[in-house]
Amino acid sequence: MGMTITEKIFSKSSGKKNLTPGESVWLNVDTLMTHDVCGPPTIGIWKKEFGDKAKIWDKNKLVIFPDHYIFTANKHANRNVEILREFAKEYSVDNYYDVGTERYKGVCHIALAEEGYNVPGTVLIGTDSHTCTSGAFGMFSTGVGNTDAAFILGTGKIWEKVPETMKFTFTGSMPNYLTAKDMILAILGDITTDGGTYRALEFDGEGVFSLSMDERMTLTNMAIEGGAMNGIIAADEVTENYVKARGVYEYEIFRSDDDAKYHSKYNYDLNLLEPLVAKPHSPDNKDLVRNVKGTKLTKCYIGSCTGGKLSDFQFAAKVLFGNKVKVPTFVVPASTQVAKELDVETFKGLSLKKILEDAGCVIAQSSCAACLGGPDDTIGRAVDKDVVISTTNRNFPGRMGSKKSEVYLASPLTVAASAVNGYITDPRDFLK
Amino acid sequence: MEKIIKGKAFVLGNNIDTDQIIPAEHLVYSLTDQNEAKKYGEFALSGVPISQSGLPQGNIKFTQTGNWKSEFSIIIGGSNFGCGSSREHAPFALQVAGVQAIVAESYARIFYRNSVDGGFLVPLESNEKLNNEIKTNDEIEISLENYTLKNLTANKYYALKPLGDVLPIVEAGGLFEYARKTEMIK
Ligand code: SF4
Repeated sequence: MGMTITEKIFSKSSGKKNLTPGESVWLNVDTLMTHDVCGPPTIGIWKKEFGDKAKIWDKNKLVIFPDHYIFTANKHANRNVEILREFAKEYSVDNYYDVGTERYKGVCHIALAEEGYNVPGTVLIGTDSHTCTSGAFGMFSTGVGNTDAAFILGTGKIWEKVPETMKFTFTGSMPNYLTAKDMILAILGDITTDGGTYRALEFDGEGVFSLSMDERMTLTNMAIEGGAMNGIIAADEVTENYVKARGVYEYEIFRSDDDAKYHSKYNYDLNLLEPLVAKPHSPDNKDLVRNVKGTKLTKCYIGSCTGGKLSDFQFAAKVLFGNKVKVPTFVVPASTQVAKELDVETFKGLSLKKILEDAGCVIAQSSCAACLGGPDDTIGRAVDKDVVISTTNRNFPGRMGSKKSEVYLASPLTVAASAVNGYITDPRDFLK
Repeated sequence: MEKIIKGKAFVLGNNIDTDQIIPAEHLVYSLTDQNEAKKYGEFALSGVPISQSGLPQGNIKFTQTGNWKSEFSIIIGGSNFGCGSSREHAPFALQVAGVQAIVAESYARIFYRNSVDGGFLVPLESNEKLNNEIKTNDEIEISLENYTLKNLTANKYYALKPLGDVLPIVEAGGLFEYARKTEMIK
């Protein structure tokens, strides 16, 4: 019988030919990624469990990006980065991207792509739930906790259940008022936050393959918001060009067989989709932007691994060009690379950075920043009863800071349009 | 592994995410320094909106201010317990506070793995929705021998789902213990 991409990668990585969804197998991990929040406890467990003999199974396969709590005076947060720094030094971990150096990158999931760690056909495990982002490159990637990561650090292995796959096919071509964020919010509203638990979400169809890698990553990034183990998109020419440009020439492309078995199949016509939001307090609380139009805002936020990529700022700039924001609007480029590109990329002759600045946005340094609230001095953090519209991925109570705040999730187009009016606005009002 | 787990129930709603279990601002504390790790107990479940904390009536604090141990050692949840981030600090915080078992309709994958692989607590699945059957403060007894839950206060019995594939890891007390037992690692 046919297999899905995810099943094929499981088969290759576990060395087992015939796999059935639900069975547990041991996978050989190709890349392990960690960051400043989960790295130190992972290292702690690894040292405790392996004792004096603790050895990294393959240090070239370990990648460390400090990114969560970076620009803060919080001493405990800074101590975490210190622990990573010392660990990298002691064990000569070359793939460590230290804060305060030229190498500092910012948000791990975007940095993984930019630095060439996303390799089609491989297995990448990270100590972060949004590690599923890398699935945009036709690879298996998922998030784990510290114990699992510590185990991998010492053995290179992880047990996983072979997931069933749910398939989401998008037909039609992308209208100018939609982005991949609208696509994934549509899916989440339909399957809910636990509809994909222990499953793989496979994205397919011309609507998906017409997207840039940035936009594809928005889809796979939020697979976890449906509870999924991983999100995945078959690698194609766009993927190959992207990875080759980053020095990756050895990879394997898997495609799902025509007779592969799926848990379920969903179809969407892009021409029938409209701009969407996820209302407080859940990413599956879907509504049409036009139904919540007029909701007064106190803050807007464009950033994170979901909505702080170059493409997100290209979208935002289209709306912000020649306009001024009415409420405080925070722009947080996901990575230092994206931050540099804001200076270089232009729209109607102006750099994106200039457009964002002229519109009155506050541009912050690259990191996770207020996407997950963070220490009190985190830029853009939701305080008190803030009503925020954000390009991030989660709006659970208190996620962006204050438990009393309300967060709407939307595309960069919708957030930019809303910033200009000071209330939730359909981007079509600006894109006539 | 204890075959019988006894304690007071703390009841929660559906979709209890990791930010509610341990809000992100507290993730800076050390998990290995015994004194500092108590902070995790103190702030366990502090992100749950107070009206939803300790159902059905709510407004019950899981740990008292300044305390890191809770009087509740069994959590009764609904569906999708532990969704959200990958932070292992979540089951760890519950363990520090004294939680031994959770009974929920379903779990988010990473939280479930972390609970089992870290050996923090036993995540059990119920066949039916128990968070509107059991009340906070009810005395509960769970048997891992025959997978039943007894509500001693209401004198009612419920069946639980067997642990299945993860049983050997739970029995060993975590992934590392399991791997040593099976000689995967030395
Ligand atoms: S940007 Fe937000 S979602 Fe992405 S890794 Fe950072 S905290 Fe997580």
